[in-house]
Amino acid sequence: MEGIYFDNNATTRVDEKVVEAMLPYFTEQFGNPSSMHSFGNKVGLAIKKARMQVQELLGAEHDSEIIFTSCGTESDSTAILSALKAQPEKKEIITTTVEHPAVLTLCTWLEKDGYKVHYLPVDEKGRLNLDEYKKLLSDQTAVVSVMWANNETGTFFPVVEMAAMANAAGAMFHTDAVQAVGKVPLNLKDTKIDMLSVSGHKLHAPKGVGVLYLKRGVRFRPMLRGGHQERGRRAGTENTTSIVGLGKAAEMAMEAMAFENTEVKRLRDKLEAGILAKVPRSFVTGNPDDRLPNTSNIAFEFIEGEAILLLLNKFGIAASSGSACTSGSLEPSHVMRAMGIPYTAAHGTVRFSLSRYNTEAEVDRVIAVVPEIIAQLRKLSPYWEGDGPKEEAFAPTYA
Amino acid sequence: MWDYSEKVKEHFFQPRNAGVLEGANGVGDVGSISCGDALRLMLKVEPETDIILDAHFQTFGCGSAIASSSALTEMIKGKTLDEALKVSNQDIADYLDGLPPEKMHCSVMGREALQAAVANYRGEEWSDDHEEGALICKCFAIDAVMIEDTIRANNLTSVQDVTNYTKAGGGCSSCHEGIEEILVKVMAERGEDFKPGMPAQEEAKPAGMTNLQRIKKIEAVLESVRPQLKRDGGDIELLDVDGKTIYVSMTGACAGCQMEALTLQGIQQKLMEELKEFIKIVPTKAGALSRATCNP
Repeated sequence: MEGIYFDNNATTRVDEKVVEAMLPYFTEQFGNPSSMHSFGNKVGLAIKKARMQVQELLGAEHDSEIIFTSCGTESDSTAILSALKAQPEKKEIITTTVEHPAVLTLCTWLEKDGYKVHYLPVDEKGRLNLDEYKKLLSDQTAVVSVMWANNETGTFFPVVEMAAMANAAGAMFHTDAVQAVGKVPLNLKDTKIDMLSVSGHKLHAPKGVGVLYLKRGVRFRPMLRGGHQERGRRAGTENTTSIVGLGKAAEMAMEAMAFENTEVKRLRDKLEAGILAKVPRSFVTGNPDDRLPNTSNIAFEFIEGEAILLLLNKFGIAASSGSACTSGSLEPSHVMRAMGIPYTAAHGTVRFSLSRYNTEAEVDRVIAVVPEIIAQLRKLSPYWEGDGPKEEAFAPTYA
Repeated sequence: MWDYSEKVKEHFFQPRNAGVLEGANGVGDVGSISCGDALRLMLKVEPETDIILDAHFQTFGCGSAIASSSALTEMIKGKTLDEALKVSNQDIADYLDGLPPEKMHCSVMGREALQAAVANYRGEEWSDDHEEGALICKCFAIDAVMIEDTIRANNLTSVQDVTNYTKAGGGCSSCHEGIEEILVKVMAERGEDFKPGMPAQEEAKPAGMTNLQRIKKIEAVLESVRPQLKRDGGDIELLDVDGKTIYVSMTGACAGCQMEALTLQGIQQKLMEELKEFIKIVPTKAGALSRATCNP
């Protein structure tokens, strides 16, 4: 499909080489790895290889610490529920206000079962206060779940340090690292991170496959019980083709890591500077000094994000927004609200997320198109007049 | 991505009557910046005739909010104020060949802006009783506030009750967990525990009403709405009454109309008020009932 795809935090294109690696496992290598014949055996070996490829990407000490799952959400749920089941006497969870719904929705649901959930707030740049975190840690804390990098703004959390603090307090530590894996060098064996979630389709592997990293020795209670797959920690026949694909994608991510942090970052910075220079009343959300190399989240004041996306789409440009309307909810993105971004800007946030497949020409094109679109929508906005916000503030009924 | 009709897209990409209207003598500002929708509607009204000579809008909002605003201005131009006020939010949605359920509130905002602008022109106060909750039932576009209010007003105790009164949950049923959560909350307010699987409220059949009287009453209600339906080229027919379920057949323009669900909901409400009992209205094709009626 023609078009400029700047929505790589939503999902990524499966690399051709990944597809190539997968194809034989649909047809001639169709066996069930659990079977006692050579059809199954070869597939079993392919999965073993994939496990080692992921192990290397994560810097895990043992390949048995890699559990293949169906997606990032499954890994998150498995990790948190396991921590609670394994330590029934502990009734508290610590997380943040800006987690992905995969963690947040689960936590609010667990509150109904009597768990106490502490939601760490963030400042205007999306940063946590570690003193506050330290105060919340106690012998009641079953698990801390904090994302490595925020999916909307790309802002990093100091998870390695936070894991060490949790460990000192006797709590388990889980991190949803679906946005960070492949973009940040990881060396889990030297950290106190107990569990970590990976999603295949965020790093050019197919959808429908993920990983839960589980440090050896961490108490674990499976969510899916049944067969002995994944050493009994995740029953169910393996998604063999996708696992092979994820292994290949992990290997390629290792090779591309430097490129992501130099060339992709340079393109992102160029895009961001280009837009900010041309569009008045726009600003970057999150922490520009400490974030993913591919992500830029820009707030365009006084207009609404879904309208921006529809116009971008008309030019073949794909991005995403934190507006209420894009999700069908009544509130703009919880991440923007948590950072205290005013409603007039929060609804107009647009996330551009690049990958190693994007080009300089695409960046130039987007820089050329965005200012026109913003100006066009501001002409329609009751908050805007001429070159700036209306002098007399627009104050509709039931605001 | 939203499934917008071509008409919505067209009105979004080429909005009609956008921007400030010089010499406007009626202005309505409505919306909520927290929800991400706000609209200013500007009217130029001829004082002698009350005819809307021109209408413009400025909208902060999504694609369907902008398209609804554009559609509204087109629909009301040339109308008298009283005629214009008859434009309902459903009319706006119909004009645009429908809106996704999550987006119906955009057409509501258009209608409210119109009321506010007319009130402003007439020098009246316009107060708004608008309250919107999170969308719970996507099949029938019923939000949490509507469900809460209905549970409170009628002391409802089960999902089935809620479906009977509001239609919420009567479609794909995936919102039943959400409805149960609201039941838990509202019932706790009145000191009751929600029990899943509890039967619907006891049928409060008015003493002394025979089946015949009941059917006559139902027919009277249908008779009272018939002129309205006929005006739109449709009709309704009573097929059968089986306990609390009333089977009807929608014919003519009503059959398969986008508004069928809303129309039936209104009739169901009316029937419940008249009969003072729970009933459920089920649209059925004529002739499809022969088996159902043989199996009590």
